[in-house]
Amino acid sequence: MSGDRERVLGSLRRGLGRGQDATADTAARTAVAQRIDRRQRGPIPARSDLNPAAQVELFETMAREQAATVVHVADPDGVPAAVADYLKAANLPPRVRVAPDPALGALPWDGQPLLEISTGRAAAEDLVSLTGAFAGIAETGTLMLRSGAEHPTTLNFLPDVHIVVLRAADVVGPYEDALDRLRSHESNGGNGGNGAMPRTVNFVTGPSRTADIEQTIQLGAHGPRRLHIILIDETD
Amino acid sequence: MAETPIRVGLFVTCLVDLFRPSVGFAAVKLLEDAGCQVDVPAAQTCCGQPAYNSGDRADAKAIAAQVIAAFEGFDYVVAPSGSCAGMLREHYPLLFAGDAGMEARARALAGRTYELVSFLTDVRGVRAVDASFPGRVTYHDGCSGLRELGIRAQPRALLASVAGLDLTELPDSDVCCGFGGTFCVKYPDISNAMVGAKTACVAETGAKTLLAGDLGCLLNMAGKLRRDGVDVRVRHVAEVLAGMTAQPAIGDGEPG
Amino acid sequence: MSAADRSFSENARAAVADPQLRRAMHHVKEGFIGKRAKAAARLPEFEVLRDAARDIKDHTLAHLDLYLERYEAQVIERGGQVHWCAGPAEARAAILDICRQAGARTVTKGKSMIGEEIDINAHLEAAGITPVETDLGEYIVQMRHERPSHIIAPAVHLTKDVIEADFRAQHRQFPADRSLSEVPELVDEARQVLRQRFLDADVGITGANFLVAETGSSIIVTNEGNGDLTQILPRVHIVIASLEKVVPTLEDAATILRVLARSATGQEFSTYTTVSTGPKRPDDVDGPEVYHVVLLDNGRSDLLDGPFREILRCIRCGACINHCPVYHTIGGHAYGSVYPGPIGAVLTPALEGIEAAADLPEASSFCGRCEAVCPMRIPLPKLLRHWRERAYDQRVTPGRLRAGIGLWAFFARRPALYGFVTGLAARLLRALGGRGGRLARLPLAGGWTRFRDLPAPEGRTFRSQWAAKKGARS
Ligand code: SF4
Repeated sequence: MSGDRERVLGSLRRGLGRGQDATADTAARTAVAQRIDRRQRGPIPARSDLNPAAQVELFETMAREQAATVVHVADPDGVPAAVADYLKAANLPPRVRVAPDPALGALPWDGQPLLEISTGRAAAEDLVSLTGAFAGIAETGTLMLRSGAEHPTTLNFLPDVHIVVLRAADVVGPYEDALDRLRSHESNGGNGGNGAMPRTVNFVTGPSRTADIEQTIQLGAHGPRRLHIILIDETD
Repeated sequence: MAETPIRVGLFVTCLVDLFRPSVGFAAVKLLEDAGCQVDVPAAQTCCGQPAYNSGDRADAKAIAAQVIAAFEGFDYVVAPSGSCAGMLREHYPLLFAGDAGMEARARALAGRTYELVSFLTDVRGVRAVDASFPGRVTYHDGCSGLRELGIRAQPRALLASVAGLDLTELPDSDVCCGFGGTFCVKYPDISNAMVGAKTACVAETGAKTLLAGDLGCLLNMAGKLRRDGVDVRVRHVAEVLAGMTAQPAIGDGEPG
Repeated sequence: MSAADRSFSENARAAVADPQLRRAMHHVKEGFIGKRAKAAARLPEFEVLRDAARDIKDHTLAHLDLYLERYEAQVIERGGQVHWCAGPAEARAAILDICRQAGARTVTKGKSMIGEEIDINAHLEAAGITPVETDLGEYIVQMRHERPSHIIAPAVHLTKDVIEADFRAQHRQFPADRSLSEVPELVDEARQVLRQRFLDADVGITGANFLVAETGSSIIVTNEGNGDLTQILPRVHIVIASLEKVVPTLEDAATILRVLARSATGQEFSTYTTVSTGPKRPDDVDGPEVYHVVLLDNGRSDLLDGPFREILRCIRCGACINHCPVYHTIGGHAYGSVYPGPIGAVLTPALEGIEAAADLPEASSFCGRCEAVCPMRIPLPKLLRHWRERAYDQRVTPGRLRAGIGLWAFFARRPALYGFVTGLAARLLRALGGRGGRLARLPLAGGWTRFRDLPAPEGRTFRSQWAAKKGARS
C-alpha cells in the first residue's frame, strides 16, 4: 500500500547512498532529467536504413515472415474491394466490424453491396475487424496501432480476423522513428494535445500464436488467427 | 643460440600431476618443440578451484598467492587445461580485487598465462605438429576453455595436421560434460545424466577416440564410458599432438 | 513454495528418473537454443545491443529511486494509481483491496512471475475471487494445481498427451469422443474455454516487462494476445511489477526489446508488444476505467548495495534457463523455487535468504553457458559463486563439505607435504586399480563411483618424476 512508499524509497536511497553527498545527489537528479528529455536512441540496426520504397518492401517481407498476409492497393478507393476479395477467398462471411475512423468511413463501401459494414468497438461475435494503423515499422514488419476514439483496441484482439489498412507513406524504418511520429502526433492535438501517450499503443507483428505445448508454434491462441494487411501504395 | 630462449613455467595442474603425468610430459615436448625452455616450479599444487568454487575464498586466495609467487620469474605460464588456465587468467585478479599490490601481481600473472594448445597456436604460431594418429576421433570443448578463453579453433587446427587423423565433430560439443569439479560428487544424479548425454553424443559420431583439453572432463567421460562398457578410448589432446600415445588411454588397463 | 518443502537433491533425483519429464525437456533443447542462435546471428548489431541494454539498466539501477518517483508521478498524472509494496503480504493486500472495491468475482490474469512470487492466486481464492490464468501454459499448470516450471514456457515440463488427459477431465462441456490429440486442437479448445472467461472478468491483472519513467507506461510482451484481452475487457486493470522493471524512456525500452524476444524465443519481435498508460481516455470506447500499478520490492532494494545489484538487470527472458544443462536434466520444479535455472539460483537466495536456498547456487557446474547467452550480460556464475561464499562464511555450507575442503586446502597450501601425500595416493590408487586401470568403487567417493569408474593414476606423480629427471640431468 502507499504506506510502504517511504519505506521502499528509503531502502532504495540507502542502497544508493543518497543523502551523503549533496553534489552527487544533485548530479543524479540532473542526469535523470536530462536522460528523459533527450530520449537518446540506442544502436539502431542498419537493416531498415533504406529509401522509403525499400522500407515498404522490408516491412512486407518481415510481416509475411511472421505469417501476416499482405496485399497492395493503389489508392484508398481500392480498399473495400480488397476487403471483399479477401473475405471471399478465405471463405469468410462478408461481415466486417469497422473502426470508427473517418478515413475508413469515407471509403467507397457502396461499391461492395454484399459487404455488411458496422462500426464501433468489437464484441464477442465479431468475426472480422477492419482498422487503420498509425504506422508500419519495417525493421520487423510490425504494425503500430494507437488507441483512440477512431481505433478501439478490442478490434485488434477479439475478432478471428484482423484486417489492417496501412498507408505506405506511414511505413518507417526502426521503432524509434515510429515513436517520434507518435510523440509529435500527441503534442499536435492527438489525445487532448498534452503530449501524453494514448491509453494503449499496440505493436503487432503477425497473428496471435503460442508455443506453450511442446514448443510447437500454433497460430490463433487468443488473439486473431489471421492478420491481413492492405497496403495503400499511393504516396500523396 | 642467437635468441634468448622463451622461458615457460608449466602449471601442470593437480589432476595431471596425480592421475596422468604423461599429459605433462606431452606438454613439455610440445612446448620444447615450439622453442620454449620449460621448467616446472616445485611449489605448485593446484590452482585453487576446489576452494574457490566451494565458497572458501580464504583458502583460494592463499593457494593463488602461492601460485603467483611460484611463477613470477617466467615469460609465460602454460597449463594443459582450459579450466586451470582460466582460473589463473580470469579469476585470480578478481580474488585480489581491492588489494592493490596483490591485484597487480595477479594481473601480471594473468596476462602471461595460457592454455597449452592456444599458447602453441596463438603465441608461438605453431601451425602443424609432427605426429600421426590414424583413425576417427572426436573432440569435446571444455567449458572454461571455450567460454572463458575462447578456445575452439586452435585444437581443431592442430589436430588437422596430425597424420591419418580424421576429426568428426561431436554434436553438442559445447555442452558441459557434467564434471564441474565438486558438482559431480555433490549432485551425482544430475552429473550422471549430463555425462550420459555426452557419451551418447560421442557414440553417435562413430569415433573410437575421444579427445579434450581438460583432464577433469576426460576423467568424467572416461569413467562413464568405461562403466558403460563403451568401446571408445579417451585421451588428452596433448598426447595426440605430441605423438605420445604409447601408454594406455585414460581408464584403460595394460594391454593383454 | 516454502523452503520447508524443498529438498533439492531428492527432487533432482526424482526428476532425473522421470521419463515423461525427460521427453518433455527434450523440447526445450530443440525449441529454444537453435532459434536464439539464428536470431542473434541474423542481427549484426546484436552484441552492441546487449552492451547498450546492460548500460541502460546499470544507469537506471544507479538512479532507481529517482526514476521510480518520476514514473509514479506520470502514472498519477494519467489518472492511474501506484501502490508501493515492501513485500508479498502488502502486495496481496493492495490487490485484494482493489478487487473488493470493484466487487470482483473473477479475475483474469496475464502471465506474471510477480504473481507467482506473491502467490496471488491462492489468496484471491481464499477471498472468494476466482483467478483465471489466460496464458495457455499458465492455464494448463493452474488446471493441474502446479507451478510454472519455466518463466516463459510454464508448461514446458508436460507432453501433449498429459495435457490432452487434463483437458478431457476438466472440459466436460465438450463431446467425449472429440479428437484432441494434436496441438492445434488443444490450443483451439483452450481458446474457446477462455474466451468466455475474458468477457466475464471484472478485473484483469497483468505483469509488466517494462515500466517507462518518461511516460508512466507499462509494457507487456506476449505472443498469444491474452495479456491484451486481460487488460482491455475488464473494468479494472492492475499491473503488478517489481521495482527494477523501470527504464527511463520508450527509446530505452526499444533497445532492450530488440534483445528480449531474440534471446527468449528466437523471434525477431514478439507478436504483441503493448504499451499501456493509465485508464481509458474520455473519448475511448473501450479499455479499462481504472488503472492500478502494484509495485513490489520484496528485498530487491537491499540488493542495490553489493555484488547482487547486477541481477536486477534481468529482463526474465529465460535464455539462461533454456541453455542450462542442469535445467535440461531436472526441469523447473525440482528447484522448488518460483524462478528456476540459473536466474532462479541467483535470485531465490536474495528473495528468501541463503539459509533457505543454499542448495540452489550449488546446482551448477559453472559451465558458463548462461552468462554467454544472457542478453543483459549478467555474470551468473560469478553471482552463484558469491552465494556459495556467503553460505561458506555463514556456515550454511554442510559441515562435511567444509571439512573436506579444509583438509584438502591444508595440503594444497603446503607443496612439499602435498607432493608427499599425492605421491602416496597415486601409488595406492594405481594399486587398487590393478590391471584394469580403473576403480569401480572407492570409499568416500561414492558420488563419483556410483555411476562412473574412476580412472586409476599412472602410478607416480608428474612432479616426482620431473624432480627425478631434473636431478638426473643436473
Ligand atoms: S538472467 Fe539473463 S538470460 Fe537469465 S532470464 Fe535474466 S536476462 Fe534472461
